[in-house]
Amino acid sequence: MLEFTCVVCPWGCSLIVESENISGYSCSRGLAYAKNEQTDPRRDISGTVRVTGAAHPVIPVKTSSPIPKDLLLDAAELLRKTSISAPIKTGDVIIANMLGTGIDFIAARSIEAV
Amino acid sequence: MIYDVIVIGGGPAGLYAAAAACGNGAKNVLVLERDGETGGILQQCIHSGFGLHMFRAELTGPEYAERALEMLTNTGIEIKTNTMVLSISEDRTVTAINDHDGFMELKANAIVLCTGCRERTGGAIGLAGSRPAGVFTAGAAQRLINIDGYMVGRRVCILGSGDIGLIMARRMALEGAKVEAVFELMPYSGGLRRNIAQCLDDFGIPLFLSHTVTAVEGRERVEGVWVSQVDSDLKPIPGTEKLWECDTLLLSVGLIPENELPQAAGIEMDTRMGGLIVYENRETSIPGIFAAGNAVHVHDLADFASAEASIAGQAAAVFNTDKGDSNLKTVNIVAGDGVSYTVPQKIRPDNIEGAIHVHGIHFDAKCDIFFRIRSNYEDAVIEVHSESEVLEIKRGHMTPGEMARISLSKEFIKNSDNITIKVVNKC
Repeated sequence: MLEFTCVVCPWGCSLIVESENISGYSCSRGLAYAKNEQTDPRRDISGTVRVTGAAHPVIPVKTSSPIPKDLLLDAAELLRKTSISAPIKTGDVIIANMLGTGIDFIAARSIEAV
Repeated sequence: MIYDVIVIGGGPAGLYAAAAACGNGAKNVLVLERDGETGGILQQCIHSGFGLHMFRAELTGPEYAERALEMLTNTGIEIKTNTMVLSISEDRTVTAINDHDGFMELKANAIVLCTGCRERTGGAIGLAGSRPAGVFTAGAAQRLINIDGYMVGRRVCILGSGDIGLIMARRMALEGAKVEAVFELMPYSGGLRRNIAQCLDDFGIPLFLSHTVTAVEGRERVEGVWVSQVDSDLKPIPGTEKLWECDTLLLSVGLIPENELPQAAGIEMDTRMGGLIVYENRETSIPGIFAAGNAVHVHDLADFASAEASIAGQAAAVFNTDKGDSNLKTVNIVAGDGVSYTVPQKIRPDNIEGAIHVHGIHFDAKCDIFFRIRSNYEDAVIEVHSESEVLEIKRGHMTPGEMARISLSKEFIKNSDNITIKVVNKC
């Protein structure tokens, strides 16, 4: 038996997995999370990248969908090596197909060129 | 010129207060923000988890801030950034200063205070030891990293396991720091369970409950922190002290409403949480001055601060045409056993009327009471005592980290002078 906390939303249900049997979830996203956590655990992450020509030196970015959990630190390392220039719009792709996952880092805010 | 409504603070509460004022007929609405852009603390909260209630989407803080600002597009609402408010007065004069306009004396028919909160510091918890570089409040470190682009340390200990402490543990780990441990004075974490899972467990960061930092070591820079286990009275247990080597200590030890402006204006404060005493429509003790968001009490979510600000913004707009009857009956909401404070603290039953809608979401605002409890309950029952009846609401698991909310009908409230809310264990 495996017991862990669902991280899909701030509610944080306690999920229980016993071989094929999953309980403790209260929505379909939670059920999907419980299943994936056994075979392919994934997380969303946010970070920042350097931006030039803007009022701030960095701009926040986030994953377009959850990435494999064991790539979290590599993905963060990639962000530290990335620099872009303003202007940027929320949702702009900042790093496409990150680490070959097919998942992008996208801008989490807009920033004007100054 | 007299503004219909001046909103002080351009964070999520301020933006929603302005939008609600405008949406309820206020014409000249001005938002004063001391930072260079609106959004407040959301701009540095780059993690997801915002907007589930207000936007039905899981957003990062900056995305929420951007959407909230977009609501004000084409409304004619004026925003002055880089503007510091110096004072407010009973006659609803606001003095403020900025580079562009210089010193300003602004008149308003109604004011909404949305000044948010600030962090408790090492001084507030009596942190002993030397004063080297490397001790930061978690929010200050968050701003330095996420907005200013400075990394604050390489080997980190964190005191306090509220959500900000947990989020910063993950953030520091992702930025390549070694996060040694998170220490929590209480026997439980004040943070969301999912944040313990995704911010600590995912990165192998240990959490020590019933532990506290007693002293900081180091002259120029932090070299370590002394940590002790604490007893049931939260006092360090002699003989349990241990030195943890690190170059950085982050403090996530609580938030306090920021209320110098209303305090100086003589507005009645709520000393229990450093917030403000407000009525059902978030009017303060001075007529025409309203307050909402973390200035009133620290909310769990930006969404909830925004919802409260919608109530205040609407009331501020209404005050322009209807000053209200100062002789209305007032019911006091009393925090009974197990309850540390309530918001609102006073209700005028005659003002309880229809609910409001914001973005298609329904808020039974005027009869909702928010409160915080003092300890954990496994099988809690909320008792609401009017002078003639007792309402019992079964709530199951309750924790001080989560704001509790009950909805009371005008009928229940209107004939009492005091309504007392208690929390008891079901027996």
